[in-house]
Amino acid sequence: MSQRLIFEVGKPGRKGYSLPKCDVPVRVIDEIVPEEYLRNSDPELPQVSEVDAIRHFTALSRLNYGVDSGFYPLGSCTMKYNPKINEDVSRLEGFSGVHPALPDCAVQGCLELLYKMDLMLAEITGMARVSLQPAAGAHGELSGLMIMRAYHEHNKEEQRKKIIIPDTAHGTNPASAAMVGYEVIEVKTDSRGNVNPAELRQLMSEEVAGLMLTNPSTLGLFEENIIEVAEIVHNSGGLLYYDGANLNAIMGITRPGDMGFDIVHLNLHKTFSTPHGGGGPGSGPVGVKKELVPFLPTPVIQYRDGHYMRDYEQPLSIGQVKSFYGNFAVVVKAYAYIMTMGAAGLRNVSETAVLNANYLMNKLKEYFHLPYERTCMHEFVLSGQTQKEKGVSTLDMAKRMMDYGFHPPTVYFPLIVKEAMMFEPTETENREVLDEVAEILLHIAREVEESPELVKGAPYRTPIGRLDEVKAVREPVLKWTPPRKNNE
Amino acid sequence: MKIPEGIKYSKDHEWVKMEGNLAYLGITDYAQDSLGDIVFIELPAEGDVLASGQPMGVVESVKAASDVYMPLSGTVKKVNNVLLDNPESINKDPYDSWMIAVEPTDASELETLLDHVEYKKLCAKL
Repeated sequence: MSQRLIFEVGKPGRKGYSLPKCDVPVRVIDEIVPEEYLRNSDPELPQVSEVDAIRHFTALSRLNYGVDSGFYPLGSCTMKYNPKINEDVSRLEGFSGVHPALPDCAVQGCLELLYKMDLMLAEITGMARVSLQPAAGAHGELSGLMIMRAYHEHNKEEQRKKIIIPDTAHGTNPASAAMVGYEVIEVKTDSRGNVNPAELRQLMSEEVAGLMLTNPSTLGLFEENIIEVAEIVHNSGGLLYYDGANLNAIMGITRPGDMGFDIVHLNLHKTFSTPHGGGGPGSGPVGVKKELVPFLPTPVIQYRDGHYMRDYEQPLSIGQVKSFYGNFAVVVKAYAYIMTMGAAGLRNVSETAVLNANYLMNKLKEYFHLPYERTCMHEFVLSGQTQKEKGVSTLDMAKRMMDYGFHPPTVYFPLIVKEAMMFEPTETENREVLDEVAEILLHIAREVEESPELVKGAPYRTPIGRLDEVKAVREPVLKWTPPRKNNE
Repeated sequence: MKIPEGIKYSKDHEWVKMEGNLAYLGITDYAQDSLGDIVFIELPAEGDVLASGQPMGVVESVKAASDVYMPLSGTVKKVNNVLLDNPESINKDPYDSWMIAVEPTDASELETLLDHVEYKKLCAKL
């Protein structure tokens, strides 16, 4: 059955509320709001009873698929389970009931949490201090690159206007670099999946501000030459930027700071188990080494004379990057996660995430092409090249996976792998789930051999079938328009 | 995979067809197949002077957005504006879907491009 919009469900005059008689003086809106801001016609709002609204949204929620429903191996997204204790903690009145404009003395607990979170994330990443302001990953990148630019400008090196980014990078990396006015230079990945040090050396110059790197890379591989790479960049005066998308692979085992990175952004909604889908909201803290601390966004949370305070007195700071103090409730949830896991627990998270990925990779590589034959980290990339030669694309197989009840992996990324399928099982899954998923994927590989047309028409068991993706991109319908009334 | 004879190819999967003193440019069958369904394209303006290797436009598919590079240097003389509204014709018929026509700055650059045999070899290696 097709799902009607809530606008199409109601009847004029039907409602789900009853208001008491107004007991305050009535004021006419025209007297309060200037005319140019007033609309001339009534808004087209749904007119439904309470039960209509409840049934509508309950029906929609049943169409939803999330980490709480099942396996969700969307690579480079770290769709791990979000423990419910995080939600309880963030709803404690002392966190949920405060107003951001309250003075420091009235919100000591909140400031203490921000300060301790700052130091814990600094410890995990090997940085000196961390700003919790950026709203999500790409905002963290932008803030980090603004810090990089401010640092070079402070050192009278304004000519550093180029940034080097590998061909495996997340699309946000070049986008963020362009936003701060940098020119992007691409460095190629070698046959083992590493940044090629020889090529990097050639690209480095006094015009290069830095290198943006994800480690492990989006191929799910650890940069084997990271120490050499860091030296090459530092020797020509550049800085190293760490895209923290894949931090879930290394917590408690190694740290970006120890590898030579100067700036790090994290995604609390990936690595630190805060909600990811449906707009999160996210949180993208940015951390820096000691010499870059003066450039961090203000306010910096400080602890002085037994009190926590918001410090705006940072003359070199890039300024405030988000209203108030970032997505505070998200930071509380991530704090709850870190405290629940503890240091040993976080290490265990990464070890299990890496083990799960290797287990699944080794089960699948017999049936799907594995372009980089190495021990993987928390994710791995297969190619659907063999199946494509039989006329079935990675997209078709991804759609077929939905018929078997799980979310497809990331597809067609990274761009350097043909027909890419990028699996990140995370530490959440147990061995039985991974075995079952491997079984299904082998079954789909067999279907490609035996009945390719079946796979090409998938999905069949989802609420709606194959979408016209071209039409969805070219002619998106973003707004409901009421059908014309008879008298119009 | 169609790789017609008599036209030139670049390593970045553009094709070049000379007609009179104009070089017509488009993307190859291999390129459109790798990109998948194309949904938007951006093209340069008439009169733009572009060097070989410079981006001359953008092709966006449901999978990814890619730059299209100049296989040779020249001045843009004609732009196929019809293509802007029907980018899917690149998927259907890549070699009839020319994007721009340029007057080459240096005709000898044409000799540095691949012929159909060389291009076929290149695609086989990918």
